[in-house]
Order: sequence, then structure tokens, then C-alpha cells
Amino acid sequence: MSDVRVLVGTRKGAFVLTADGRRKTWSVSGPHFAGWEIFHAKGSPADPSRLYASQTSAWFGQVIQRSDDGGESWYQPGTPPGEATTTPEGVPRGESNKFVYDESPETGKPLTTHQWYDGTPHPWEFKRVWHLEPSLTDPDTVYAGVEDAALFRSADGGKAWQELAGLRGHGSGSQWAPGAGGMGLHTILIDPENQNRMIVAISAAGVFRTEDGARTWKPANRGLHSAHMPNPTAEVGHCVHHLAMHRSRPRVLFMQKHWDVMRSDDAGESWREVSGNLPTDFGFAIDVHAHEPETVYVVPIKSDSEHFPLEGKLRVYRSRTGGNEWEPLTEGLPQRDCYVNVLRDAMAVDSLDPCGVYFGTTGGQVYASADAGDSWTPIVRDLPAVLSIEVQTLP
Amino acid sequence: MIRVVLPQHLRVLARVEDHVELEVKGPVTIRSILDSLEARYPMLSGTIRDHVTQERRPFLRFFANDEDWSQQPTDAPLPEPVASGAEPLRIIGAIAGG
Repeated sequence: MSDVRVLVGTRKGAFVLTADGRRKTWSVSGPHFAGWEIFHAKGSPADPSRLYASQTSAWFGQVIQRSDDGGESWYQPGTPPGEATTTPEGVPRGESNKFVYDESPETGKPLTTHQWYDGTPHPWEFKRVWHLEPSLTDPDTVYAGVEDAALFRSADGGKAWQELAGLRGHGSGSQWAPGAGGMGLHTILIDPENQNRMIVAISAAGVFRTEDGARTWKPANRGLHSAHMPNPTAEVGHCVHHLAMHRSRPRVLFMQKHWDVMRSDDAGESWREVSGNLPTDFGFAIDVHAHEPETVYVVPIKSDSEHFPLEGKLRVYRSRTGGNEWEPLTEGLPQRDCYVNVLRDAMAVDSLDPCGVYFGTTGGQVYASADAGDSWTPIVRDLPAVLSIEVQTLP
Repeated sequence: MIRVVLPQHLRVLARVEDHVELEVKGPVTIRSILDSLEARYPMLSGTIRDHVTQERRPFLRFFANDEDWSQQPTDAPLPEPVASGAEPLRIIGAIAGG
């Protein structure tokens, strides 16, 4: 029977939750990296034992952690445990936390400013890695979406990072501006049928797509309407919160925007709204059922100023029709006095049958459903605020 | 030997107890100590000062011989008690919370 491993990033460390395929009895390990913010942790599809984690701190900056044994042990790439951290000449072996923007005229553009909240030019400053996306085929290749928004890649297991400067340099970078949570590149989707096609999302710039392995990019925001913008249908500037894709149908994308749930049937070339009967279409998280590409999950949040569920009732909404018709899923979830939030990277699915769905809250609960959302049980109730959830289905 | 007291989180990263001892070549300054510290513990690179600008991270401060050296030039010679190893250079994180 397959096992399931849930990687939980929180404000104060990482936790690893494991269970067998019945998903009834869970083991909890952690906190790993206690006291640090773990923005995201994710495993390699090509080698499930290979995990990457983004460990950050306003005090000490960015650290990248890597595990080669499924989270039993961790190290900073380039300095394996027990090995000398320098060469005999005293040179550091790895620079795994070094994220330096490429501003060279040869490889990128000398792009040095984006827009600040008030529209003035503001220097690009690296703050943290929001999202790590391992390659679908190579455990040593991993992409990092960072704040201030840019895309980096490591091809040596996280030891060294290079910016893929074509994204910031494609033309609109100087117009990007931060959302309330910062200007982060938070979503990286790799098309399993054509890995030269990648789609990323940035708050608050929008969606961007490459067809040539991240060399060139173009905005992919046609059909989005954002009332907070001077031009609500502008090519860039949309506060996209998260994207989801089903592996079997990678040209179909779902989006939770600041307001609006959206759908694209042409790999982001155009979008249409599918909020339908949702009680509010504000939210952060969105994901797709592992086996039913038309089954989508969101967690509606009251509004952009009230980041908690409507009426104090924590409800996941499921559409089995690819949007527009949504049903509330409430069994096992608190239906009174609940004022938590569910952040953009804090929902994931496993690939068992029936599909498991998982999400974490800012109140520290991680809820799991082993029946595609029909019923829910908290795996843990009292973790630090959950920032991210990823799930691995293990052989 | 120069002694450096690190914030608790950085001790965990560097896998050290309490303080570290370093050989520092030439004048003992904030810069030469950090150069030596990062060479010995490369996992600390970028955690105390920026990789590129070499500027101190804003929530950290340097104390030498009970004096705040955070705003001093990083090439200024540190007080003799620190240069001799009698006193440590203390790297302090700003207090979080209320």
C-alpha cells in the first residue's frame, strides 16, 4: 500500500506528517528548523526522497535546505553533514543561499527598479524564496520563485542558483508592483507534456508564460479584470493569488485571483471567470483533484480586508464541472467561530484513490480528507501558522 | 584567537555551541572577522551581511567591548580586548515581539 507524506511549512519551522494509504493514523515529525519561517517545502517527482525547503528569516535572510532521505535529515546543499565546509584552500564549497539578480547586459537586462506601492521606482531587493518547484524529471534541477519577484534555477541540487533573467527582462518588469504581502513569484507550473512551457504567477503582476524553457516570456493575463487597477484589464498588474493545473490536461489552468476564480483552456492565452455560485470569490488556495481534471477546490475567504471565512464557517468549495457550479464541503470542518485563513500554497492533493485533499490554516490546523473532500479530519490542530502544504504519494 | 558570539539561530545553522573561535589575519575589524567567519562557516554567508553589498543585515547589531559598533566603518580596528580575544565580538539579533 502506498504511503503519504505531507510537508508542512509554518511560521516557526517545518513539520513532516506521514501515514499509510488509509490516511487514518498519522505520525508527526518536527519542528525542523525551529524558529525559522519555512515558506515552502517540496519533493522531487523524479526522486521522492529528495526534498527542498525554503528557510527564511527577517534577521538572517535566506537558507536553502535539502534532504536526500525523505526528511529524516537535512543539510544546506554544498555542505553535507560531516564534510568540510570549505575546500583545502578555504573557499566555501557551496553558496546555496546566494540569490543575486542577473543585471548583466549579456544575459538579462540591467533592470534595477520596479514600481513601489505609490508608483515610484524602487530598487529590486531579494527578500526570500516563496516557492520551490523541482523539475519533473531531474532531482538536481529545481526552480525558485522569489521576492522581489524573479525566477531562479539550480541545476546542481540547490548548491548554486542563477536567475532566469528573461522573465524580469521581458519588458514589463519595471511596471510590476508589490501586493499587500510583497512582490513574490509564488506559483511555478511546468507542463509535463512540454517542459519548455512554464507558467508562473506573481503578486501583483500577474501570469507569465514561456515556451522556450524560460529564455523568453510574455504576459498571460487576457480576460482578467481587476477593479483595483487604473486600467482593470491591463496586460500586467493583476494580483493573481495561485494557479493549479492537472497533469493530464496541462493546457487547462485554474486561478484564484485576488477576487475571482478563473479558468483558461489554452495554457493562459485567455481566461474566463468561473466563480459561479461561490458565496465570495476572494481567496488564496486552489487545487485540482488528482484523477478528475474538472474537479476543483477553493477555500472562499470573506474579503481582501477580512481574511477569514464567511460567517465563521470554514468551508471548502468543490466544483465537479470545472467551475461555475460549486458545493460547500463542511463535514468535519468548524462551522462556527472560525476565523483562520488558508494561504495560497497551503492546499495540496495526493494521488491515491480516492483522492486525498489537504489544507493548512493560519490557526495551525492541517485538515485532511481521504474521500475527495466529502469529510475532513484534522491531522494536527496546534502547529504554528501554516504557510504551505505539499503532499507526496510514496510507492 | 578571536571569539565571536552568534545569535542562537546562527549557532544552530553553523552547528556550534555558545561562541566560535577564529584566526584573523591582519587588523582585527568587523570585516576581517566576518571574512574569517564565513570562510570557516560558509553556511553563514549571507546571514549576517548581504552577499553582494556586504552591508549588515538590518535586524542585526555588532557589540565590541560593550560598545555598539553597528554603525562604525567595518574596516575600523576593534578595541584591544576584542582583538586580543579577551572579549568576544557579539552579534546580536533585534528583539522580536513586545
